[in-house]
Order: sequence, then structure tokens, then C-alpha cells
Amino acid sequence: MRIRPRYTQWLAVTILGGATILTLAVLVFIIVFVLEKGLPVVNFGFLFTNAEDMGRAGGIFTTLIGTIVLPLLAIIVAAPLGISTAVYLTEYTVETRATKIIRFGTDCLAGIPSIIFGLFGFIFFVTTLGLGWSILSGGLTLAVMILPTIIRTTEEAVKAVPKSYRQVSFSLGATRWQTVKRVILPNALPGILTGIMLGIGRSIGETAAVIFTAGSSLRMPSSVFDSTRTMAVHFYILAREGISSENAYGTAATLIIAVLAINLTAYWMMGRFIAKRS
Amino acid sequence: MDAKFDIQDLNVYWDGNLLLKKVTLRIPSCQILGVIGPAGSGKTTFIRSLDRMNELEPGFKMEGRILLDGEDIYAPGYDAVTLRKKVGMVFALPVALPMSIYENIVYGPRLAGIRNHDQLGGLVEQSLQAAFMWDEVKDRLEMSGLRLSGGQQQRLCLARVLAMEPEVILLDEPCSGLDPISTAKIEEALTALKKKYTIILVTNNTKQAARIADQTAFFLMGELIEIGPTDRIFTAPIHKQTDDYVTGRFG
Repeated sequence: MRIRPRYTQWLAVTILGGATILTLAVLVFIIVFVLEKGLPVVNFGFLFTNAEDMGRAGGIFTTLIGTIVLPLLAIIVAAPLGISTAVYLTEYTVETRATKIIRFGTDCLAGIPSIIFGLFGFIFFVTTLGLGWSILSGGLTLAVMILPTIIRTTEEAVKAVPKSYRQVSFSLGATRWQTVKRVILPNALPGILTGIMLGIGRSIGETAAVIFTAGSSLRMPSSVFDSTRTMAVHFYILAREGISSENAYGTAATLIIAVLAINLTAYWMMGRFIAKRS
Repeated sequence: MDAKFDIQDLNVYWDGNLLLKKVTLRIPSCQILGVIGPAGSGKTTFIRSLDRMNELEPGFKMEGRILLDGEDIYAPGYDAVTLRKKVGMVFALPVALPMSIYENIVYGPRLAGIRNHDQLGGLVEQSLQAAFMWDEVKDRLEMSGLRLSGGQQQRLCLARVLAMEPEVILLDEPCSGLDPISTAKIEEALTALKKKYTIILVTNNTKQAARIADQTAFFLMGELIEIGPTDRIFTAPIHKQTDDYVTGRFG
């Protein structure tokens, strides 16, 4: 028997809407749960004093610094490399077997568990290059880890720029580089920024790759050759070793707020940029 | 009369298919050449050969020679970027770049290295005047070009080409998506512009060629069937296919 369109329509709205509500509910529950347990601990002193007694007492100041420095270093290294690679692959090469293999390779790299990158970073940066457990080793490892994501998102963003814009630019006497600089990159920027945000998000939340390469020192680092601990690692250690669940949740709450703040800033910047051009 | 373009035995292949066969013609300067023919007759391929836009696509191959002012534009060492500064193109679909009206127009001049603010401003006014849209937009040059109507965008494209101060203007069915009033404005602009420029106008609309072209070329299935003064092509064509097409029996 054929069900009436009116009912199938109702059914579709219910199922699709239900799935949406369920997803949102899970997300909101996680955030509220962590914030509820963590926020009471978070205050000015918690954020800006150093940890004492392995994190049982005191604050999280050094891990805050570690969380800023490591992803920053990763992005500074990975963004220029990744964006250049993506632009080269999409604008300067014709689609051949070689570019397909490169693309397949980056896709595979993007899916590798982060602990493998941690192991690689430990063997290559920490041991072979002799950088030790340091901000440098950790940042470079994170850079390698997020590189595929940045390459792929940039590629998609660049490909999404209408072909007609390229044609117009060429027909007005632009070289390929002038076209890339004046038309393609400005139009692909929102997409590229999304890739960078994903990269920052991944590196902020990373534990496995960081413990292996940046270590977990709670001392304030004085150079990029010092070991450091990020908030994610701090949380992991506090919770895993049963040191202090209050401080663990406090760290988690700070982490969530930080990620939220970064995303909101990025969206705000993107919105302003797009509004200016259209 | 001096030929601006001298095209000799032009064959164009795309992925091995022959799209243009032995096309030979001379295009005089300071005239409008109308290029007519049914869809798929090679008109677009033909004008895209004249500013080397074809070669941006993989799978393109050409034989024969195209001389611009006596120089072979496909000779090794002839720079396509220099060529495209001399030979501007207006595409079928109006494409305003996502930037202000002002920035759209100075795009070409900036590439050519013009930095002087007054000079750029002068070019903007001059080109918009020539495209018959200065009065419409002079107070909102900072507005995004994307917010113009289709007809205005197409005139913006024409102004953008004029700002490069080219020698030749190629137009690939520039009015195919436009209303009659916008079309009339473009035709008016082109008629005024032919004093200074060589204009090659591909059009699906035979009446448009009859209205403004000095010479008309008729393409069919990749071959140039006939070229001559527009009046003669429309009143006394030599070939039967031309007659059938211009009188509307097919196409």
C-alpha cells in the first residue's frame, strides 16, 4: 500500500528533526556536564598561578602557556607549507597519476591515529634530531599531524573558486601567480581559515602525540627547547593518575571555553571579511 | 585595408576532435566583425584562439598561423600574458569579480603596473563612460560589483576590458543573457567603440550582427562558410547554407 505523501513528509520531518535534536542534546550535555563540574574551580588565581604538588594544588598557568605555544608553533609551520602545497597541486599541476597519488597519500595521512605521529615525532625529532622533549619537537610533530588536513581543506577551498574568475583574470592579462594572489586566495580564504581552525582544534586537544614529543613538564618553559605540558595532557595526567578530579575538570572547562572563544573569533573575522566583499 | 588579424589555415583540435577546419580569414581594424553560426559551429573556439584562452584547458591543440599585426601569436617566445593585454575578452556570462566596481575596473591596469591614483581614477571614469554606465554607478564605485544587475555587470565587464586599453575586443555572445534595453546599450557602446578598436563579436542573434557588424562571418560545423560585408551576407549570400541560416530556415 502506498503511504500518502502527507504522512511521509511528516515522518521525514520527525526523523530528520529528531536526529538533529538528539545530536545537539548530546553535545550540550557534554559541555554542560564538564562546565558544571569544572567552572567552580576556574577563577583568576586558577588560570594565572603555577601548579603545585603535581597539580593537586595551585593553578594551571604553565599548561595554559603550553596550550598556546604548541598549536601556535604547529600552525606557523604547517599553514604556509600546507597552503603552498595545496595551491601548487590545484593551480600549477594538471591532474595526473602523480597528483592523484599525492592526494591519496594526504588523505591516508589525515586518517592516521595521532599516537603514530607521536611515535614518529619521538623517533625523528626527539631522538634522531636530538631536540629532546621540547616545545620544538612537539610543535613540529603537531605540524606534521595537521598538515594533511590543511592541505585538503585548502584544496577544496581553492577548487570551489569559480572557474570563471580565473578566466576573467587571465583574460585581463594576469599571470598565474597574479591570479592566485588577487583572485583565488582572497576567495578561498574562508575555507582556508576553516582548515586552520580544524588544525588548531586538533592540536589543542591532542594528548598522545604531545606526551611523546613535548613531554609533560610543569615548569615554566624558558625556550622552545624546554619541555612543556598542555592543558589536554594536564587533564589526562590529573584524571588518569587520580591526582585531583576538581582540577582536572577545571582544566577541561578552561579548554572548552578556550576552543569556543577561538572559534567564535574566527567566525567573526570570517563574517567581516565576507561582508566586505559582497 | 590593413588586416589586424590574419588567420591562416587554422585547425583546432580538442581531445583529438577537429573543432575548426582550415579557417582562413583576415580581420580589418576599426570595424566590427560579426561571427554567426548555430551552436557547436566553432564560433567560441575561434575567438578563444585569438587571445590564447583555449590553451588554458588541457586537450587543446592547434595548427596553422594567427598573425596579429604581422606577428605570429603562437610563435614560441610570444608571451600569452602580453597578448591578452592587447586582446581583451568579454565572456557570455557576465562575471564581476567579487570586489568593488572600482577594483573590478582597475584590475587590468594594476596588473599592467599602473599605481598612480589619479591615473587609475581617470581610467575608471573613461571606461565607464565608454560602456555607457558612468552615470548609473559614479556615486557608488565602492559597491561590490556582484550587486549590479546582469546587464550592468556585462557593461562592467566591457568597461573592465576597455580600462586595459587593448587594441582588440573579443565578445563571446555578450548579450545572450540580457534584456533588450541592456542589449541596446551594449550595441550602442560597441558602435561608438569601433572607431578606436577592432571588435569581434560572436553572436547567436543574427539580427544583432545585421544591426551592428560591418562584416559578418558565417561558421558551420567548424568551417568558415562565408565572410563578407554584412549587407551582402544578409541580402545576397553566395552559399545556400548561409542563406538558410540568416533567413531562419535552420539554426
